Amino acid sequence: MSARIKQWLFSGSTWILGIPYAWLLAFLIVPFLIILKLSFSEMALSLPPYLPLVTIQDFVVTLHVNLNNYQTLFLDPFYVSAYWNSLKIAFFSTLGCLLIGYPMAYCIARANPTYRSLLLMLVILPSWTSFLLRVYAWMGILQETGYLNQLLLALNIVDTPVKFLYTDFAIYLGIIYAYLPFMVLPIYVSISKIDWSLLKAAADLGARPWTAFWRITVPLTYTGILTGSLLVFIPVVGEFVIPDLLGGSGTHMIGRVLWQEFFNNRDWPLSAAIATLMLILLLLPIYIFTRVEKNNAGTN
Amino acid sequence: MLKTSPAIKAITLGGYIFLYAPILILIIYSFNESRLVTVWSGFSFKWYVELFQDKVLLKAAGTSLIIAFATATGATILGTFSAYALTGYRSKRGGAFFNILIRAPMVLPEVIMGVSLLLLFVALENAIGFPSGRGMFTIWIAHMTLTFAYATLIIMARLQEMDRSLVLAARDLGARAHTIFFRITLPLIAPALISAWLLTFTLSFDDLVITSFTSGPDSTTLPMLVYSSVRMGVSPKINALATLMIGTVTLMAIAFCIILNRLERKKLQ
Repeated sequence: MSARIKQWLFSGSTWILGIPYAWLLAFLIVPFLIILKLSFSEMALSLPPYLPLVTIQDFVVTLHVNLNNYQTLFLDPFYVSAYWNSLKIAFFSTLGCLLIGYPMAYCIARANPTYRSLLLMLVILPSWTSFLLRVYAWMGILQETGYLNQLLLALNIVDTPVKFLYTDFAIYLGIIYAYLPFMVLPIYVSISKIDWSLLKAAADLGARPWTAFWRITVPLTYTGILTGSLLVFIPVVGEFVIPDLLGGSGTHMIGRVLWQEFFNNRDWPLSAAIATLMLILLLLPIYIFTRVEKNNAGTN
Repeated sequence: MLKTSPAIKAITLGGYIFLYAPILILIIYSFNESRLVTVWSGFSFKWYVELFQDKVLLKAAGTSLIIAFATATGATILGTFSAYALTGYRSKRGGAFFNILIRAPMVLPEVIMGVSLLLLFVALENAIGFPSGRGMFTIWIAHMTLTFAYATLIIMARLQEMDRSLVLAARDLGARAHTIFFRITLPLIAPALISAWLLTFTLSFDDLVITSFTSGPDSTTLPMLVYSSVRMGVSPKINALATLMIGTVTLMAIAFCIILNRLERKKLQ
């Protein structure tokens, strides 16, 4: 062994980066290659439930590339609408989180320093408790005999119970509720870095608060808005728990469709194709997120 | 002086009510005597008593605790490694790709991670016979992959704000790399290690989706059990369980804040 290789092999820095790197390659990158491969396989009633991609018999290597899974995804309106719905729901719930989250982050950043960390803690705290149980909490509120209907009936706003649970409305509500903290935090970090003398200067020069907000505050907090939006949008596209518990049987979101294909229909190749296509759709947003996040970490 | 407008304050207040009202309702109705969750009939602890008599549930809670403990410990160690590597050797080749890889699990939809990890485990089992079947070990691998990115980012933030001159001084005085790490770096990043451990613990303890894909017949976790029960509709027993979990997390968070405050104050003195 040459001295350089020996030095490289026994140097601490090689191992310090090498172990986590190897972990991510083995359990993040290799699995992606496996789903990509499996998405071209054919379903079978065997264990595991798919046919091999390459078979070798009598020195003949046969490659079976099955494009049926992708054909199904692109042509069957069921899957097309599931992808479309997921993107639509993710987009509008991100917008909803932004509309509630931005004023909250702004208010916290401008609050008296004594209360600031408490207010921030109160936003984070719910996200430390079980996601599943927080979604479950809405089932009791939204169901036909639930607390919201009891309140509306008692106040005579409605005469008969309204169907809230198992609708798209419930999905939006659940998503905004569960993902709001992920929007507030990055925006808060951005706002708290603003040099407020800029806004005072703008006011002195006669800018109206609304103008100053759009021309100064928003551009300066652009990174926070982008980070928060991606932290909500990307995972929501593949969300399973919320559409499954709060959504109706008619709501197709792709994460739930994947789950059903995998666990109920045991069609592993189709599930792999669904996951591959979802990953391709999200590749660009994920890449942007990692870039923005890295720059955030660099300037802190 | 610039003032925050009343409209913004109103939205913020509304936001806090929105965040906490469902949790409060959940807690109040866990003390409800009636089997019908939405009808109040009297104060009672009976659902808590039933909770502690449910053997299946206790076993699942035990499984979840073991996995979460192993995940938090492993992820904090692995996270320290990668945070150290990322802050110290940033310009190294491969660093850019690692920077993308380490952040991807934070946003990647869980169904994608779950299905791809399961297929990896199945392929490995076919090829080399290990891991044979799915269980706590495969869940642990999956949870480590999901959570150690979070640990890395928390520890990295602390390493970046650390005073480098201490390390340089120790090196000038002849301290070896591991002495510097254990005597200087480790005590300084201790608060970040505690936060990373606690966060990865809760992430692992709560996870449903990745766990469902990577678990086996004998490794039902608490979220998996809760999920199958919740699908049938609301039940007061789940309310009681939720109250206990929320209470534990809140107490832990308060204790953590107090400890952190003390540590910071000690440093200032």
